[in-house]
Amino acid sequence: MSRDMMPAFELYQPDTVKGAVDLLGKFGKEGWAVAGGNDSLDWFKDRIKRPKYVVDLSGIGELKGIRESSDGGVEIGALTTLTDVERNSLIQGRYKVLADAARRVASPQIRNSGTIGGNVCQDARCWYYRYGVNCYRAGGNRCYADTPEGQNREHCLWGADRCIAVSPSDTAPALVALDAKMVVLGPKGERVVGAEDFFIGPNVDITRMTSLEKGDVLTAIRLPAEWSGARFYFEKVADRNTWDFPLVNIAAAMHVSGAAGSEKIDKIRIAAGAVQCVPRRLTAVEQVVAGQPKTADTAMLAGRSAVNGATPRNFNHFKIPLLQNLVTRAIRDA
Amino acid sequence: MADDNDGRGYPEPRFDVPTSRATSRRQFIKGVIASGAAVSSAGYLFTIAGCSREQGAARGIERMLQLNVNGQMRTVDVLPNETLAMTLRYKLGLTGTKLGCDRGECGACTVLIDDVNHYSCSTLTHAVRNAKITTIEGLEGPNGELHPVQQAMIDELGPQCGFCTPGQIMSAVALLKANPKPTRDEARHALSGNLCRCGAYDNYLNAVMRAAGSGENVSRA
Repeated sequence: MSRDMMPAFELYQPDTVKGAVDLLGKFGKEGWAVAGGNDSLDWFKDRIKRPKYVVDLSGIGELKGIRESSDGGVEIGALTTLTDVERNSLIQGRYKVLADAARRVASPQIRNSGTIGGNVCQDARCWYYRYGVNCYRAGGNRCYADTPEGQNREHCLWGADRCIAVSPSDTAPALVALDAKMVVLGPKGERVVGAEDFFIGPNVDITRMTSLEKGDVLTAIRLPAEWSGARFYFEKVADRNTWDFPLVNIAAAMHVSGAAGSEKIDKIRIAAGAVQCVPRRLTAVEQVVAGQPKTADTAMLAGRSAVNGATPRNFNHFKIPLLQNLVTRAIRDA
Repeated sequence: MADDNDGRGYPEPRFDVPTSRATSRRQFIKGVIASGAAVSSAGYLFTIAGCSREQGAARGIERMLQLNVNGQMRTVDVLPNETLAMTLRYKLGLTGTKLGCDRGECGACTVLIDDVNHYSCSTLTHAVRNAKITTIEGLEGPNGELHPVQQAMIDELGPQCGFCTPGQIMSAVALLKANPKPTRDEARHALSGNLCRCGAYDNYLNAVMRAAGSGENVSRA
């Protein structure tokens, strides 16, 4: 099979985020923002997405770096690479769940170029959608994964609404667990969106994974002081340890009190990836374990409550015990 | 939907790759390779065809750029939609960088950008115009001697078929630049973004550990 290079586009390389937003606003539907390029270039090479104008954000210095914010939290520029997130001392010291999540993304080279903004903004990885079929998410009128023969072992347990694709990100559940705030600059100015509201399901808009509108740029991610230095847990299960997207991943942040051996869980946020179109915050688990002793019994109960209402597809029943066990381990081992 | 379904349950993807370009593509490649560069890739799976010089006359960026490759400033005309792997192989004749998947899923195209390993197939050349690029050709010493990692690959019988080897070596070099004395586990992790279909992973790891000078870790278990 011979393959040609990706189709032509005009390339713009603004120095400032304001410049990028202006360009993207001007280009509208024909524009496309590229950060690390690991998601975008695949779309272009397959000729499925063919933007006329590509805006390369990688030269915008103000979008890179990790800094302490005045309220004791940390702000991460959206163009900061996953490698930098993983190795940064502030993140490792205070928000280890995010460092651990970043370390499990794809492969070393992808983490060297891939950005945290790109990791949370990447498009659905449903292989039918990626193959270029005319499915709901692509603007068509059918789901190819949710059929009797559809190969859907990687698809959702909750939130199916015509589309059954899942959130593929490893860092997104960590950001939901940390109650992160997403800073977005658009043609109408800046807005700050909670991580939970940043991700949207097919019931809101079936053609998008995030609340970003055309012309919006995610500029930064703010981690609140409240969860700085908390107890954390992150685990990802995938077919291969490198490259593969999660079959399920779990991220938890909790505050505990009491002496070792008789600890009590005071407060917790826990979220799972790859089980719904958005990172799924497990509120039932949070309610079950808050105020409870951090014991094996509590962990078992948490695992069972995590999977209530899960609706498997033909080939992803295995995700139910997988999620249950990951939640149990998160509560037990955090 | 019925027309394009063919009983597969999903339609043919909407790829629209032209099919009868063999001649012009070959001439095109020959025409654009930097003078003096040896090229033996006319039959290679990935081609730069589909983008004539006339096409993609971008208003956004200046196409001519000075690229710092292996310590030399090379002037090259780069299309906006051109990946670094394409520029290196087809414009600069540096065919030691291999293209395996063209999707960031195999590692054969790994090069160093500012001493950090990257997939050149997933990097727009224009995005690295100010960076220092090192390919496998840039590892040799002033008198053509092999880089210690290359020599260790030979000593440890690292490669079998050899296709993934340039990428493996570039990842190993990036590791040793950042961490000259890695543990075997650290080396395994650092090379995890490079596939080897021959499965010569242990030999590659032996070579990395030998190059790092940690003889005691180079067991052939």
